[in-house]
Amino acid sequence: MSDEAGGTREATVRVFRGDASGGQEVEYKVPVEPGMVVLDAIHWIQAHRAPDLAVRWNCKAAKCGSCSAEVNGKPSLMCKSRLDHFAEGEPICVRPMKTFPLIRDLVTDVSWNYEVNKRIAPFKPREGAEWKWQQSDVDRVQEFRKCIECFLCQDVCHVLRAHEMKHKFAGPRFFVRIAALEMHPIDGEDRTGFLKDTAGLGLCNITKCCTEVCPEGIHITDNAIIPLKERVVDRHYDFVRLLWNKLRGKPSDAI
Amino acid sequence: MSDHFEIHEHDVLVIGAGGAGLRAAIEASAAGVSVGLVCKSLLGKAHTVMAEGGVAAALGHLDPQDGWQTHFMDTMKGGSFLNHWRMAQLHAQEAPDRVRELEHWGALFDRTPDGRILQRAFGGHTWKRLAHVGDRTGLEMIRTLQDRGVHSGLDVYMECTVTRLLKDGDRIAGALAYWRESGRFVVFRAKAVVIATGGVGKAYRITSNSWEYTGDGLALAYEAGAELIDMEFLQFHPTGMVWPPGVMGLLVTEGVRGEGGILRNSKGERFMWKYLPDARRHEYAETDDEARQWVEATVAGQQSKARRPPELSTRDNVARAIYTEVKEGRGTPHGGAFLDISYLPADRVKRKLPSMYHQFLELADVDITRQAMEVGPTTHYMMGGLRVDPDTAAATVPGLFAAGEAAAGLHGANRLGGNSLSDLLVFGRRAGAGAAAYAKGLATSPTPSEAEIEAETRAVLAPFARETGESPYEVHRALQQCMDQLVGIYRVQADLDRAVEELAKLRARADAVRVEGTRMFNPGWHLARDLQNMVLVSEAIARSASLRKESRGAHSRLDHTGLDAALGQVNHAVTKGPDGMRVTPTPLPAMPAELKQLFDAGAPPKQEVAR
Repeated sequence: MSDEAGGTREATVRVFRGDASGGQEVEYKVPVEPGMVVLDAIHWIQAHRAPDLAVRWNCKAAKCGSCSAEVNGKPSLMCKSRLDHFAEGEPICVRPMKTFPLIRDLVTDVSWNYEVNKRIAPFKPREGAEWKWQQSDVDRVQEFRKCIECFLCQDVCHVLRAHEMKHKFAGPRFFVRIAALEMHPIDGEDRTGFLKDTAGLGLCNITKCCTEVCPEGIHITDNAIIPLKERVVDRHYDFVRLLWNKLRGKPSDAI
Repeated sequence: MSDHFEIHEHDVLVIGAGGAGLRAAIEASAAGVSVGLVCKSLLGKAHTVMAEGGVAAALGHLDPQDGWQTHFMDTMKGGSFLNHWRMAQLHAQEAPDRVRELEHWGALFDRTPDGRILQRAFGGHTWKRLAHVGDRTGLEMIRTLQDRGVHSGLDVYMECTVTRLLKDGDRIAGALAYWRESGRFVVFRAKAVVIATGGVGKAYRITSNSWEYTGDGLALAYEAGAELIDMEFLQFHPTGMVWPPGVMGLLVTEGVRGEGGILRNSKGERFMWKYLPDARRHEYAETDDEARQWVEATVAGQQSKARRPPELSTRDNVARAIYTEVKEGRGTPHGGAFLDISYLPADRVKRKLPSMYHQFLELADVDITRQAMEVGPTTHYMMGGLRVDPDTAAATVPGLFAAGEAAAGLHGANRLGGNSLSDLLVFGRRAGAGAAAYAKGLATSPTPSEAEIEAETRAVLAPFARETGESPYEVHRALQQCMDQLVGIYRVQADLDRAVEELAKLRARADAVRVEGTRMFNPGWHLARDLQNMVLVSEAIARSASLRKESRGAHSRLDHTGLDAALGQVNHAVTKGPDGMRVTPTPLPAMPAELKQLFDAGAPPKQEVAR
């Protein structure tokens, strides 16, 4: 618990200021209140030192996923990063997400994510399915539906961050989204071809970095990505099935 | 049209991409017209995402006695009969279909043991009525609508702020906006505009609302000549966080009480018993034991003869109770009440209230499965807004429509929890359909006035040109202080008069702020414009409150504590007059006899059906 007296301590917050043409960290001294989070510090700087400091935020309760940034190098929601979790006197560096093009200060262009989302086949209920299912049938999908689209998993994923493969890799957020659709009790669409050929699921080598940064605690790798990889293998690399399909004269979209 | 502006043309332009805006856009698009959807934030971040407890619909899955008539009556009673009866009727009748439709679009609600949509109890609802997903129902709804929307052929304009509605004569002709990223202006030409911009919580310091809730749609509509009604009715949600300071006002879902949360003061007294209105006392449990039986039956998903705990009184009542306990010296260390759910099994609390568990653990170091929360009232929801036609959602200016929190009429003097999510589905759909039908009926596209556009761009850019002036953040703080202190949960004439005077000064200050930096993603500049909307809407609140010399629903007057029968027959309408803001009483629409009879027949049937 932080110091109830509060108000006297100062935090050193270094915020990246700049745009696509360049920039640098600017240091601000911010008075600390009990329970304060990094986003509070950013707001204090806006109100008292730098009114044009660009930042995205909405709910301030870790429910909307707007205030994503890199705090001391770690992709984090600023509204959840408590100042008292840093050592006293330790400077707190706040930088924009690296994986997305910088707009200004802490704001990046995340529009690519919305473009990827559009390409995913929507929910398609099976013909004649009954709209009844048990809670246990949807517990797993509800885990995926907790995603607040903060895009921190996209930011940390090395396929996107280091290898810049946005053109052939959808990223963990959208594997979670596809998993939610694929595991819906009455969804009848097959997205495995899209996963294999367009979304680049095979490029993920399950380092679990995405799972580590997920503020909602979604087990992205274990519960979404690995089962999807298994589905893709079942559907597209299962030779018994391929043979069966051939014998029955069904077209195969694999190999 | 000047060629130096970026121009987009649509049949229907929807402003705001929360639940109501998205639902309206989907409906309009389905009607075959071209639709643009503009929002200040990224898609999917609107305040709907924060809605926690559930969406109210008389599906009758747990309590088969429920039906639209009971939902209708609950809504009217909750709103102290100041609601528009037709909106309350349409809402109660259509909400179940809207919830099922959402499920058909992919939403995954929690389930009953027999596999149907689960429903939970909420304040003021006679039966268990709220379809929910743990305590993140809003996220489920907005994601479902968002995913449906992106496959509906809409054009979405994200991070784009509308500053003015444009007209051609008396008709709507579009809107002027700026891109937040570049600060460049954009002209939307449209035959019809749907206002779905939500409320104005940011005029107050302690609020559950995010930065976006600055009353934009209300101010835009007012300036365009539309009528606003019921602006004195602002809901203070009884349970916001009170500590630590950074999260003061952050919402604690009513779902906590729906699941059995108990309110206590610093002396350990369960104080809600004292505050139940006499007329409705019979609907609530009489003893701790009876309340506990209700909770246990609810946990087990069973029917019970036990009545609801007193904590499930309506929001206006619970908010006043907590305020009074604190004021009379029985508050918690941080000035709130204790809300305790820790007597229930920890795994159940974590399963039913996961966001609350994490919110308190991570932001306040409180483990709600072991300790009580500290909560207090927080500015939450505007019952007032644009006057609309119930069936078509048409506002009082041709071509203008409204839905969701920005529209008025459904909730009357006080909104029941869960009725906003159903509101935005029912009336979002109706607004989309209404706007599309209107647009199809226009033979020619209205043309916005170029002079109007030029004048507006100059006004919006003016803060950059000033050599001196206050920071918009400073004026915003002063506005919040004014509204918190003078137009809060309890009101008196002298305070309201002073507020009107203060707001005139604040308007002058807001009109004279100076902003630094460039037009590129500049939050100080964004606030400068939003601030003018907040001041205007605050004035509408203060003036309407000043005129209502009675206590009704969420509007509580210390100097007029009772109901006034004559005022119960009028809504206060706010319009822009030649000499400034006018507030006039207008007669309440008369309820038809067949609906009146429902109330004459007495209380709805109680607990008589066994399953």
